[in-house]
Amino acid sequence: MIEKILSVDNVHKSFGGVKAVDSCSFSIDDGKITALIGPNGAGKTTIFNIITGIISPDNGKISFMNHDITRLSVSRIALSGMSRTFQQARLFRYLTIRENLLLAKRANDEEMKSLLASFHCYKTLDTVVSELSYGQQRIIELARALLFPHKLLMLDEPTAGLNQRARHELKLVLRRLRKEKKTVLLIEHDMDFVMDMSDEIIVMAEGRVLRKGRPAKIRNDPKVLEVYLGK
Amino acid sequence: MNYDYLIHIGILTAIYMINAFSFNLSLGYTGLINLGQMALFGFGAYASALLTRLLGMNVWVAMFIAGLMTMVLGMVLALPALRLKKDYLALVMLGLSFILYALSKNWISLTRGSLGLPGTVKLFKSNLNFLIAAILIAIITYVVLKKIVNSKLGLVFQAIRDDELSAAVLGKDIFISKAIALGISAFFAGVAGSLLAHYLTFIDPSIFDLSQLVILLSMLIVGGLASLEGTALGVLAIVLITEPLRFIGFSPVLLGPMREIIYAALLLIILIYRPRGLLGKVDID
Repeated sequence: MIEKILSVDNVHKSFGGVKAVDSCSFSIDDGKITALIGPNGAGKTTIFNIITGIISPDNGKISFMNHDITRLSVSRIALSGMSRTFQQARLFRYLTIRENLLLAKRANDEEMKSLLASFHCYKTLDTVVSELSYGQQRIIELARALLFPHKLLMLDEPTAGLNQRARHELKLVLRRLRKEKKTVLLIEHDMDFVMDMSDEIIVMAEGRVLRKGRPAKIRNDPKVLEVYLGK
Repeated sequence: MNYDYLIHIGILTAIYMINAFSFNLSLGYTGLINLGQMALFGFGAYASALLTRLLGMNVWVAMFIAGLMTMVLGMVLALPALRLKKDYLALVMLGLSFILYALSKNWISLTRGSLGLPGTVKLFKSNLNFLIAAILIAIITYVVLKKIVNSKLGLVFQAIRDDELSAAVLGKDIFISKAIALGISAFFAGVAGSLLAHYLTFIDPSIFDLSQLVILLSMLIVGGLASLEGTALGVLAIVLITEPLRFIGFSPVLLGPMREIIYAALLLIILIYRPRGLLGKVDID
């Protein structure tokens, strides 16, 4: 087993004069659930996009399973074993649930139905996804990311748009993934969810990593509280 | 009205259908704004005419090779543009129309310029046989494209149309997939052009005329994007609505503008009352 599945090493990214990510370095342990938290504008989604190849960093290095993936294309990074969701569900809007899921993996109907049922989604697979509610679309996107063969699952605000029941089911899925020693990196604003689900938390502020540690340690860190609540 | 005229309309309809099926693969299924569809069609026509004229090639073989040549042209020209945003592909492909028009008009030693290429070998002496062959080729085109759009590759094309980034995040190679879609589409456009050349036995630079693209787009929009059945209906609808104008008694001077007015009116009606066309699965946006 590779101990550090993902390493972000001194990554910088500016948009015009704004430093979105500034000397950002952290690593993710294999088989753990790590949460990336921080106030709005901390650079969390930008670093997600840099890791998955959507945005090129100005400098710095990203290593995934001991391979440098810094300049690889989005599709090559995905095929190396990275699966992700987006802050806003991004589905193939004119395709059905089945087709959306088939694009992730050649799964059969039973596999798809049972995965969706684990989120209490019982829509027929022939439903065109644009006809679904936003919460249901998020579930389909999550299911698609879970189906896609991966070593690292990256979830950008997975609870946003989910109702209480679906949130609970998401927790169960994440607990199952933890049991199976799967690696998850998630961005989340729901602190109860983060504290409950994460093995480790990385706190970002102004494009930098402010703190990294276990939930109990992060919860009472004065620096973290200051960033969230102000002085 | 006699049978010869009906056969003539049938042949042109079948050729339009092949070209429109091909156009729907790139535009409707893959979301590639390919404004060079008529350039590909015209290139296929010239390629096939020249292959038979200059090399004495068998018409069927020439038709297939013209299709392949058009496929290569479409892919090679689109390769740099496919890396860019959708609008740039549209511009590159539109530019191709102007370049091929200029070439066909000015490369006189090869194309005879504005005089065109007369005496292109006819595929069949009997127009009825030609009609049967054209319908068969249209059916083959439909079946092949239907297989493709229902395949895993076709699903990737549609995913790219809906959300390129999501498709890439699922490991799909956007660039290669687009090039393949455009290549397949160009092949059938070339075959359709070749059929026209070997039916009319004459082609000239007017084949690259952009007004033909408007007709083709109208057919696609009326029938609906991302539906081959819709495309067939769209082609039939446009032909059936515009052809009878000949018999109403308009002067030939008015006939052309009248058709254009009808295309515009049809498009407006469709866009207002049925934004996905007759059988389309995708909004026209």
